Amino acid sequence: MSTPFLEAVALACERDWRLLFDKLDLRLESGEMLQISGPNGSGKTSLLRLLCGLMQPTAGEVLLKGQSLNAQRGELARNLLWIGHAAGIKGLLTAEENLTWLCALHQPTNREAIWHALAEVGLRGFEDVPCHTLSAGQQRRVGLARLYLAPPPLWILDEPFTALDKHGVAQLERHLAAHCEQGGLVVLTTHHSLTEKPAGYRELDLGQRAA
Amino acid sequence: MSSVFTLLLARETRLLFRRPAELANPLVFFAIVIALFPLAVGPETQLLQTISPGLVWVAALLAVLLSLDGLFRSDFEDGSLEQWVVSPHPLALLVLAKVLAHWAFSGLALVLLAPLLGLMLGLPIGTIPVLLISLLLGTPILSLLGAVGAALTVGLKRGGLLLALLILPLYIPVLILGSGALQAALQGLPAVGHLLWLASLTALAVTLTPFAIAAGLKISVGE
Amino acid sequence: MNWTWFHKLGSPKWFYEISGRWLPWLAWAAVLLVSVGVIWGLAFAPEDYQQGNSFRIIYIHVPAAFLAQSIYVMLALAGVVGLVWKMKLADVALQQAAPIGAWMTFIALLTGAVWGKPTWGAWWVWDARLTSMLILLFLYFGIIALGQAISNRDSASKACAVLAIVGVVNIPIIKYSVEWWNTLHQPATFKVTEKPAMPVEMWLPLLVMVIGFYCFFTVVLLMRMRLEVLRRESRASWVKNEVKALVGNNS
Repeated sequence: MSTPFLEAVALACERDWRLLFDKLDLRLESGEMLQISGPNGSGKTSLLRLLCGLMQPTAGEVLLKGQSLNAQRGELARNLLWIGHAAGIKGLLTAEENLTWLCALHQPTNREAIWHALAEVGLRGFEDVPCHTLSAGQQRRVGLARLYLAPPPLWILDEPFTALDKHGVAQLERHLAAHCEQGGLVVLTTHHSLTEKPAGYRELDLGQRAA
Repeated sequence: MSSVFTLLLARETRLLFRRPAELANPLVFFAIVIALFPLAVGPETQLLQTISPGLVWVAALLAVLLSLDGLFRSDFEDGSLEQWVVSPHPLALLVLAKVLAHWAFSGLALVLLAPLLGLMLGLPIGTIPVLLISLLLGTPILSLLGAVGAALTVGLKRGGLLLALLILPLYIPVLILGSGALQAALQGLPAVGHLLWLASLTALAVTLTPFAIAAGLKISVGE
Repeated sequence: MNWTWFHKLGSPKWFYEISGRWLPWLAWAAVLLVSVGVIWGLAFAPEDYQQGNSFRIIYIHVPAAFLAQSIYVMLALAGVVGLVWKMKLADVALQQAAPIGAWMTFIALLTGAVWGKPTWGAWWVWDARLTSMLILLFLYFGIIALGQAISNRDSASKACAVLAIVGVVNIPIIKYSVEWWNTLHQPATFKVTEKPAMPVEMWLPLLVMVIGFYCFFTVVLLMRMRLEVLRRESRASWVKNEVKALVGNNS
């Protein structure tokens, strides 16, 4: 058996005296997509944050390419694109300024690429407008434009479909599936059921696990 | 790596200048606190001059502290901090850039405003250089130490008073050395000793506190 | 080197068992040492040639002040252990020791003030030691307040650990700057605790008291930690059995 890209071993998470999940094992290979579902408060976001190394598990550990996450933060950072519930978009900055900085944190990119990515997510003409004047869906699109900018292989996305319109949802689904087909790995939470599923699609229901 | 440092400096500067009122608030607070004292203790020049070293420093300390309350709050709420933590760059370096940008505009403005208020309190012209240098060396320490508290309390709904409680005791050496320098200058004594001590504390703060700030932010983000 | 003992130390169950065995011995030692020290110090130690009987308050003041300072250092050490080795028990120790440290600081301040009345003629003087003690009390308040404010238990302990470490780096700086400030403003005050030579009959009971106070602190800390361990591990089966046995004994 080969070492999986990302692996969770006997993961447990406890928040405020409440055990969200326990003895959770996960093996994620390249080309797979994992949808984490479950009712509110079942620990979906916590699981994503554990996989990103933002939170420390109560028990168990997360392995990246067979080695503990804490031992290789740099390796994780080079491979990971994390878009949380809040995507790190500053309302006072324009879409272009926001993306320039978010990309610079990982891999600097040029202006053409950013404009191109913004056009991809349907924000042509909004490049130099302060983000607080954009609608919630448009702000979400600014964050998601990072998925079109030479992204790393592992995407961990918390509720990426929130506030998107029907067209935006379909486009994002296609983009996620395409990323998996090309050997990427997507972990996401969402309440909505995906129509575009890649070959390596799986679902983990945290609500059913507990029950 | 250094390019990220300068980029972050530029970004923070841009953010500060898009909301200039927030830059001005600590300065106005500083001026008001200083104006309160002549009203409270009376306008006798001699008395004001004697208490002015302590007065200027306590006011500066409170002004810096108040300006720091929101230092990381918006970054915390909009998810920027998470992006910093998962980035390949050392978090300590990023926070150093952030605090430096904050100090360069709020702390430095305070330093430049201080001589004016000092003169209004009756400080002789000869002591103004010491006032300037002591504040120039002391305010970065105030910003850095305060940022540790701001990082630890950023996840809390009402962190303001708690921040003061955590950080004010740690400010005491700076207060003693800074006002001591000014007092020495006022009595015509050399203030170099105080200033050198302040300088070494600044060096210590610049090297050590970014790690504490980074640790604090990781804890707050990981909650 | 074999590190298993270190990891064993981190196991709550092991801690609960071993501390239960030590506790009675430590408690008896504390009672014995403190009563011997009090009687010896208050009744039999000779009078001070300058201060008369009022000096006898050092038998409370000095041990409390010692303890106040060492508890803060202990907090920082526990913080390092908790942050670096992720040992849960260190977190428990940190949070449970902080209030004891604050009380000791308060006792040291109070006895210092009471001592100040006959010595300086005022309840409070801005003496370097008393001022440093006051600042230490504020530092303790900060740690306690931060621990109470953060609702997530693990984050609270980690945050307190960082604050304690920053504080312990600052304490020497605060101490020296306050001493310096004091010499600048009040030259040549009468320093009570810096007696060059204290006769053996005076410092021996003091030593007994200091050791007694440390034992007392250990007892209180262990009791508080045991309670907290039970609370934290309330899901574990050994805790359920233990609590059942405790409640059964009482009813």
